[in-house]
Amino acid sequence: MSAVAEKAPEQAAATPSLAVRGLVKSFGGLIASDHIDLTVRPGEIHALIGPNGAGKTTLISQLMGELTPDAGTIEVEGQSIDALSTASRVERGLARTFQITCLLPDYTVRDNVAVAVQVRQGHSFRFWKPVAKDEALRRQAETYLAATGLAERADELVANLSHGEQKQLELAVALATEPRLLLLDEPMAGLGHAESLQMIEMLRGLKNQVSMLLVEHDMDAVFALADRISVLVYGRIIASGTVDEIRDDPDVRTAYLGEGDAGC
Amino acid sequence: MAHSYMRPVLLIALLVALIALPSVAQASGYNAVTSLATRVLIYGIAAASLNFVLGYGGMVSFGHAAFFGIGGYVVGILYQHFALEEPLLGLIPGTNQMLITLPAALLVSGILAAAIGALSLRTGGVQFIMITLALAQMLFFLFVSLKTYGGDDGLIIRRTNELPGLNMRDKHTIYYVCLAVTVAFFALLYRLVHSRFAQILVGLRQSERRMAAIGLSPYRYKLVAFIISGMGCGLAGALMANFLRYASPDMLHWTKSGEFMVMVILGGVGTLFGPFIGAAVFIVLESLLASWTEHWQLGLGLILLLVVLYTQGGVQAVFSRLPGRR
Repeated sequence: MSAVAEKAPEQAAATPSLAVRGLVKSFGGLIASDHIDLTVRPGEIHALIGPNGAGKTTLISQLMGELTPDAGTIEVEGQSIDALSTASRVERGLARTFQITCLLPDYTVRDNVAVAVQVRQGHSFRFWKPVAKDEALRRQAETYLAATGLAERADELVANLSHGEQKQLELAVALATEPRLLLLDEPMAGLGHAESLQMIEMLRGLKNQVSMLLVEHDMDAVFALADRISVLVYGRIIASGTVDEIRDDPDVRTAYLGEGDAGC
Repeated sequence: MAHSYMRPVLLIALLVALIALPSVAQASGYNAVTSLATRVLIYGIAAASLNFVLGYGGMVSFGHAAFFGIGGYVVGILYQHFALEEPLLGLIPGTNQMLITLPAALLVSGILAAAIGALSLRTGGVQFIMITLALAQMLFFLFVSLKTYGGDDGLIIRRTNELPGLNMRDKHTIYYVCLAVTVAFFALLYRLVHSRFAQILVGLRQSERRMAAIGLSPYRYKLVAFIISGMGCGLAGALMANFLRYASPDMLHWTKSGEFMVMVILGGVGTLFGPFIGAAVFIVLESLLASWTEHWQLGLGLILLLVVLYTQGGVQAVFSRLPGRR
């Protein structure tokens, strides 16, 4: 597996997982997305880096349909999703994680995942059968928990989880929607060193099953995982290329890598 | 897990007590207790219905009196057309049969809830509270100005609706009918709040954003929950009109929506038994305090304040913290 993971599949001809063209979004005078062009190839991890306030989360929100762009088009697997609601985009295989975790705090870890499985199955207008006795649903939820290292915490309330565990659960919930394109909004933010390594391993394991757009500040993680990197500064993509190209790009060094970054 | 087998035992004990209540009340000379208990059951249904959207769904509706009132008016209007022997709009014959009026009240309040919900659920937060309030008040003023159906004075129903084989003039019979409806309602509600649908609804209360991100369109689920809740309140209104033999614009007034909300908060938001406990506490306090002073709302307000500040989850939370439970 790792042999494949080292090198991006060179499939320029294949339909990209995600193709963004000319995306514009402004809030009053602030331009959060300034004619963004971005392509995520099937199976690759495409990292999106940039200083705070560059518009990375705004981009993810537009991709998910939570925000409406002012101009531009978004295509997933060759088909335009501009007119689709967030729910329909999830049906098309998009899923996101949140930088500031957005979970269901009164539910257990298992139920957070089970709800996502239930929504994917589409059998939610059921008013009579008790959901707690639905063994199939429980078992399915537990497979995603096992995959993200949370199996032993299944009965814990989300409110009692550590920050790192909540980040893992964000990933588990996103995976429970069976995505083909995963938008990860700073999955390492706030994690300790060991937890970061664990998260990197998990994402590496998903490589080639799911295409990923990885927004991340942790450069070690980006360099360890990414096939290609795009750099977003003040809403504009100033560079896009392989890891080595980006590392050596003088513009990127001054605009981003050289700049002291205080995290979020 | 001491309470897993305690719970059915307690439920059966409660049911036996409720069944015995009219006879005990009569034997001890407190006949008024039966009427009081009937009102508690009816208001309990209304409060539990409101709680379904408010406590489970996180939708703070300030207009549930609309559904309660419309349920009452369905009974009243059908009775008037029955008594005058002229069909409603020249088409629908009036009736005094409860087996028809209760389903009719459910249907009409469900349609009204669909309309009000479809409009108001496009908003959220404070706007949702104000729009439900405004729409319910519109209905209030509509019925105040409807002279055909009594206007301001309301609609007197000379006799309680009939049920085959029962003497509905007897207060005890009405109590037992209300008890049977309440038990059936509670059983349905119990299944409902443990269903897949409720799992989604409670998820929406916690984070609509999260639910959208896993692929759910919140609007449809919230609307269906709102309709179910409106129908429950309509059922309560229909029972109340039968019990009081009277339907009036007061049933639709915003203060009634406020009373339902107070019952839910008193008893415990988002719990199964809470609204029924809250209704009982509210009705009993109202009668007790009103017998001492006409400013009974002052006393009730103080008690509500204490409950909100100190119980962390209403009266039912106090019960569940008692030794031996949970």
